[in-house]
Amino acid sequence: MMKHFYPIISCCIASCLGFLPLVSRAQTEQDALMMGEQKLCVAATVNYQSWTSYWEGTFQRENENLGRVSTRSAALMLNYGLVKNLNLLASLPYVRTAASAGTLMGMEGFQDVSLALKWRAIRMQANKTTLSVFAIGGFATPSNRYNIDLLPMSIGLGSQVLSGRLIADVQVNRFTATVSGAYLYRNNVKVDRSAYYTDRQINSHEVQMPNAGNFQFRTGYRTRHVIAEAFVDNMTTFGGFDIRKNDMPFVSNRMNGTKVGLEGKYYLHQLPALGLHAGGWHTLAGRNVGKATGFMAGVDYVIDFTSKPAKL
Amino acid sequence: MKKRFTFIVTGLSLCLLVACDKDIVESNAGYQALQPAVTDAQAGNWTPVIVSSAAEFPLPAPQPTTSAAYQQELKELKAMRSSLTEEQQRVINYWKVGSVLRWNEIMRELVAKHNLPPYQNGDNTYPVPSAANPFAYPTFPFSNPPYAARAYAYVSVAQYDALVMAHHFKEVYKRAAPYKVDAAIQPAIPKSELAAYPSEDAVVAGVTLEMMKLLFPADRAYIDRLVEEEKNYRLWSGANVRSDVVAGDSLGRWVARKIIQRAKTDGMGAAGGNAELWTKLEDECKAKGETPWYSLETPKRPPMLPLFGNVKPLLFESAAVASLRPGPPPGATSKKMREELDEVLQYTRNPTREQMRIVNFWADGVGTYTPPGHWNAIATEEFVKKNYSEVRWARNYALLNAALMDAAIMCWNTKYHYFNARPCQLDPRIKTLTGVPNFPAYISGHSTFSGAAATVLSYLVPEKAGEFKLMAQEASNSRLFGGIHYRSDCESGLETGNKVGRYAILRAQTDGAD
Repeated sequence: MMKHFYPIISCCIASCLGFLPLVSRAQTEQDALMMGEQKLCVAATVNYQSWTSYWEGTFQRENENLGRVSTRSAALMLNYGLVKNLNLLASLPYVRTAASAGTLMGMEGFQDVSLALKWRAIRMQANKTTLSVFAIGGFATPSNRYNIDLLPMSIGLGSQVLSGRLIADVQVNRFTATVSGAYLYRNNVKVDRSAYYTDRQINSHEVQMPNAGNFQFRTGYRTRHVIAEAFVDNMTTFGGFDIRKNDMPFVSNRMNGTKVGLEGKYYLHQLPALGLHAGGWHTLAGRNVGKATGFMAGVDYVIDFTSKPAKL
Repeated sequence: MKKRFTFIVTGLSLCLLVACDKDIVESNAGYQALQPAVTDAQAGNWTPVIVSSAAEFPLPAPQPTTSAAYQQELKELKAMRSSLTEEQQRVINYWKVGSVLRWNEIMRELVAKHNLPPYQNGDNTYPVPSAANPFAYPTFPFSNPPYAARAYAYVSVAQYDALVMAHHFKEVYKRAAPYKVDAAIQPAIPKSELAAYPSEDAVVAGVTLEMMKLLFPADRAYIDRLVEEEKNYRLWSGANVRSDVVAGDSLGRWVARKIIQRAKTDGMGAAGGNAELWTKLEDECKAKGETPWYSLETPKRPPMLPLFGNVKPLLFESAAVASLRPGPPPGATSKKMREELDEVLQYTRNPTREQMRIVNFWADGVGTYTPPGHWNAIATEEFVKKNYSEVRWARNYALLNAALMDAAIMCWNTKYHYFNARPCQLDPRIKTLTGVPNFPAYISGHSTFSGAAATVLSYLVPEKAGEFKLMAQEASNSRLFGGIHYRSDCESGLETGNKVGRYAILRAQTDGAD
């Protein structure tokens, strides 16, 4: 049994969709890597994403009253190996938005706390091929009642999200392919106003949030010290409504997006507990979201709580 | 060990699969069937707002209830009552809450639907919605606050005047309701002591249809469907026979014609102005040595309805407008203005979540029913507790909305008289917590609307006067917190609104209803 550990954590905030981080989810929820038992990985990432054009429904436009809308975030993430094949993950980002034109104020603050349990259900090896299957259950909840009624400047959607994800990963020699699919149950949210218009007038503070799905395919090269992957990621909202021409976005819009990106991770030979991490991505297609491009960089460090030091 | 994890994961997955109930219960879902505490049978003697007298509407006498024609109508009613579909039952349950209330809700929805500023053309000019071609983009109307205030007012006033006329004829002809004539008919709604001819619901349906054709022509199909529903509901519920409904419908339409005559000549047609006027406003402001307002939108959008301030008010003469107009705002370069700017800057630099909540709650911007609609919603929540008759519902909405329309006129008149700049124009460091409206600052529309509405509502629902006052103050503050307005905009706006509201109270004290 090879004892690999890939103390890799990143945060997908930057890959969030839309006018804002649609769902903040730790990348590790989406990758095929595990922390060993009693090992804690602490990661910090910074992310930047921005867009100048966005889609109102299917109509792509720019808006000189917003200019370039950017989101900067920094996130702290933890991943702990509870027992073999079971990790507990947690993350909390701090997010700041800004618009380069117009009068709208940017917003900032702590966004959503995410917790997830990641379980490696199957691991089969034959020759040089490894097949792994993971199941992840996640829960995210706003860490405070931030303002969700000022999209696209809001830092999040304010919805509690319960997610279930399955990942299948194949590694042949050093080449990998990972398929992942998730269903996100999104709780209703409360806005500050007592009525709002979607495709009809609704007289309530409460807003029905459509659920969403996330699908991802990653492929690349993986060794103990280097990981390089390309990915395509799709987020689809099951329901919701389109932004009407020249209207403001709203939390329960149908927010869909497909993006492609590259990610790299590097672990120092001299100090294998320390990892560096960088990535970038671009939105190819979307609906009621910004055509965003994003970058991230991060560092992670593994603390071993077992009696003997980690052996690579 | 493994079992436990399987259990955990399975548990989480199950949670996801549970079809959680996300249905929202709206604030208007629990309204009870209309059951007036007082029938207001004598409302035929109340003073209408626009029409002069019942003599203008020669509504023919109904057939006696002993006639064959009437008996035939009773038969028709019984046949309908004996085989109601689920859809018909839904229609009954929707309309029985009250006709005037339901139309107010529908109006708010249509205002929100149409409250979107047109998207620019390729050459950076802006298209203007056309009543002659309401379906083409940008669809007609763009129901911004002044448009909305006027629409709410004319519909409410038309419903009120029509119901006053209806009550006049009810009293003249005294035809009993079908369930009074034939005990075999058990209506699906509370029985009423009011005479049934003409049907008040049909009157409201008829008058509203005609008004809506003028104000929301692109929604004709939707409105037609609702009007038909409403008239049918009276039959399906056993509340009226067909001739009650037909008479009411006709009377409603006649009354609407009078209101439309007034609406078409009130000056709204010219309210948009033209490029020459827009420049003139700017030049006149500069000539006074002041800093003129300019559009903060890119591309620059022409000012919203600069001549709306010349529209003929409902509650007072046009001549009174100038005397009601507040004095000038602080000069753009004055020390006072610097202080006010600094105050706005302070609020926007350190907004608390509570301030954001207040900004959001009262924002009533793009895609909403506007501040007049918000006050209609607030009024509705109070009125619904009162068990009013239809005619009193209509009268109270008419008072509220006449005040809101006149508040819009006063506010717009003042805005374009002084033509002063928004805070973020004078100090670009000011960032806003909601969208900046595309018209001059002084005086604040939200404040003017809220002052007027709170004043009228305090008269109509006196036990809530303190609450309304606080709400108006909060609505006014919301614009300061949001970086949209200076303190002087808000204070003068509230004060001007209060003055307008008092005109509505004067009317209420003398219209015969109290």
